[in-house]
Amino acid sequence: MRLTGGEILLKCLQEEGVEVVFGYPGGAVLPIYDALYEGEIRHILTRHEQAAAHAADGYARATGRPGVCLATSGPGATNLVTGIATAYMDSSPVIAFTGQVPTSLIGRDAFQEADITGITMPITKHNFLVKDVKDLARVVKAAFHIATTGRPGPVLVDIPRDVSGAETEYEPVTEVKLPGYRPVYDPDPERIKQAAKLIATSERPVIVAGGGVIHSGATEELVRLAELIMAPVATTLMGIGGFPGNHPLSLGMLGMHGTRYANYAVSESDLLIAVGTRLDDRITGKIETFAPEAKVIHIDIDPAELGKNVRVDVPIVGDVKRALRALIEFLQKNPHPAWLEKIETWKREYPLTFEANGKLKPQFIVRQIWEVTEGKARIATEVGQNQMWAAQFYTFTRPRSFITSGGLGTMGFGFPAAIGVQVACPEEVVFDIAGDGSIQMNIQELATAVSYDLPVNVAILNNGFLGMVRQWQELFYQRRYSYTELYNPDFVKVAEAYGAEGIRVTKPEEVRPALEQAIASPKPVFLDFIIEREENVMPMVPPGESIGKMLG
Amino acid sequence: MRHTLSVLVENHPGVLARVANLFRRRGYNIESLAVGSTENPALSRMTIVVEGDDRVIEQVTRQLDKLIEVIKVENFTKEEHVNRELALIKVQADPPRRGEVIQIVDIFRAHIVDVSPETLIVEVTGDEGKVAAMIEALRPFGIKEMVRTGKLALLRGPRALTAE
Ligand SMILES: Cc1cc2nc3c(=O)[nH]c(=O)nc-3n(C[C@H](O)[C@H](O)[C@H](O)COP(=O)(O)OP(=O)(O)OC[C@H]3O[C@@H](n4cnc5c(N)ncnc54)[C@H](O)[C@@H]3O)c2cc1C
Ligand SMILES: Cc1ncc(C[n+]2csc(CCOP(=O)(O)OP(=O)(O)O)c2C)c(N)n1
Ligand SMILES: [Mg+2]
Repeated sequence: MRLTGGEILLKCLQEEGVEVVFGYPGGAVLPIYDALYEGEIRHILTRHEQAAAHAADGYARATGRPGVCLATSGPGATNLVTGIATAYMDSSPVIAFTGQVPTSLIGRDAFQEADITGITMPITKHNFLVKDVKDLARVVKAAFHIATTGRPGPVLVDIPRDVSGAETEYEPVTEVKLPGYRPVYDPDPERIKQAAKLIATSERPVIVAGGGVIHSGATEELVRLAELIMAPVATTLMGIGGFPGNHPLSLGMLGMHGTRYANYAVSESDLLIAVGTRLDDRITGKIETFAPEAKVIHIDIDPAELGKNVRVDVPIVGDVKRALRALIEFLQKNPHPAWLEKIETWKREYPLTFEANGKLKPQFIVRQIWEVTEGKARIATEVGQNQMWAAQFYTFTRPRSFITSGGLGTMGFGFPAAIGVQVACPEEVVFDIAGDGSIQMNIQELATAVSYDLPVNVAILNNGFLGMVRQWQELFYQRRYSYTELYNPDFVKVAEAYGAEGIRVTKPEEVRPALEQAIASPKPVFLDFIIEREENVMPMVPPGESIGKMLG
Repeated sequence: MRHTLSVLVENHPGVLARVANLFRRRGYNIESLAVGSTENPALSRMTIVVEGDDRVIEQVTRQLDKLIEVIKVENFTKEEHVNRELALIKVQADPPRRGEVIQIVDIFRAHIVDVSPETLIVEVTGDEGKVAAMIEALRPFGIKEMVRTGKLALLRGPRALTAE
């Protein structure tokens, strides 16, 4: 069958099971858009390429399947960059296709030429420039393979316009040849035995569960391990939902804005079992005093993560699910009543709370969203205080229900990601818990949500500030609020102008009815919650401090 | 400590950029780097000399290994291996002192590969110490310009670094 490059691309996407592409057209992708015109693949037109990348990312995080975005050359491609970097930092399988100027013009500063493979080299797992239409199918196959196997990550494929326009014989590619790419899934049995020995003799074990648990689909195994050895489980921000937040052994999140009891448990543990986490500085605080008395078992599919930040006694390279299954075989019940009792005491003494003083509190709003949705919604977040309150006060009980930019901390991620989530899960209730600053970074996506009937609910925790930065200025810069106070538009009117619904909420008693109204509405809804302006996220580990030493 | 890494990579455009970018981005220090073709036209081989403690070198190795087009990384430092550098040195050699230069070149078992009325080009091959010593010995005569390769290395004995 003779097809154009654009048609071949779509064939390949179908072979990969892709249902939807988030994109934005332009000159260099005209042949691809022409193929989309009558093709069977759904295309969602965002209003900014950055949003297309985040939406593809949200789709990927909600489903575990690759998310696909598409942009033209030059400015279209560079607009994807923040989205790609966001996916890279959180190991999300996003595949970005970009148009490029014709091969004959590459390197000559042609109109709308940007060296996007050069630009994205450090923020993709891999990228490709396709110089011949005959290579296209093979490259697309390799791109999906790389993005979705081992440690997932974004892959970019740059396609010059003459390549997408050229015709060739299309034959589906079934095999990928990548001699330098062999991810290791099965753990070394010797290491598993060593780990089992450490676990058997431990008196104060703690499990730290990260994003890898979710990538691996290992929640069931994690619960089994925790219950077998009676070890409490703290999750990282990215691990939220990987272990049920309502489980008696759950410690909630650890780290900078984690719970006191999670941080105390880690600090006093004699064994840390880190699974699928890269143990970055937000998790460990001051590295020298992180879990000072603990032996460390670290399971990660990426060998470069083992020993990168924290010294490890038993490094285990492999997939979390397989490693936990292997480990469980060697373990016996191992109760530690005194340790669990101590943790219960901490939980009672230092619960996550906030002062209910009759004013509209963000924590109360998040708790209400949890109640109204019975803990079953998909929650995306923006970045800042809103994100931390969402992490702390919504109890997540299943994987892929909390969707947040952890590693890059990208303001403007949440709303387009929520759109991608809603596309992936049309029957589910989707929220973006947002800040008044962040929402304005991709507010134009209201048009996307309205035009595709995506009833995303955006709960803007409107404090009139770049709140998280203001909090640091308050605590560490003598309240010198340098450029963190915001002038904001009327969010209700903005929503209405786009054809969405807007609801303003100023009192605690209005929260529940407003949420019910939003969920019942077939339209996207902006909920403008006017909250206490100088509320802080607590507790908090000051920067550079040990995680056992918290403020608030 | 200095380590010598031998890195087998796919012979694709852009691989060198990926490797160089990795060193730059993660702040590792490349002391020298040599790239060229191998017995297999589909592969190139890089010999990289990098400075760092064991932990840094382990990270360098693992991060390199993560690059899709990198097929194999091996640290030769603690293995028996042959290593060579090559330098071309254009040295001032006016008639009165020319004999002296030639004598030194002979002592080092180096070669003279170009002759002009005032200068000679000396080619020296050897391990880093020999090349450095040659340069020091010629310096008093006046080195006009100089170019040197990075280190090249191969394991001694029958063992070879191959794609499989
Ligand atoms: C304002 C703000 C505040 C924050 N505060 C906190 C905080 O208090 N606490 C906190 O924890 N984080 C916090 N973060 C997030 C933090 O920056 C990191 O993003 C997060 O801690 C990383 O978590 P992770 O290592 O579990 O996940 P990731 O970064 O997603 O890493 C996943 C790991 O799992 C591995 N992996 C992937 N797949 C598999 C598999 N199948 N098998 C085995 N391993 C696999 C990967 O190789 C990787 O090492 C904050 C972020 C922001 C923006
Ligand atoms: C794109 C981007 N720019 C800047 C920052 C730095 N930053 C982190 S949190 C924050 C404030 C966010 O304000 P808002 O969205 O109102 O959330 P709040 O903290 O008030 O809940 C800023 C500016 C960032 N994370 N991302
Ligand atoms: Mg704000």
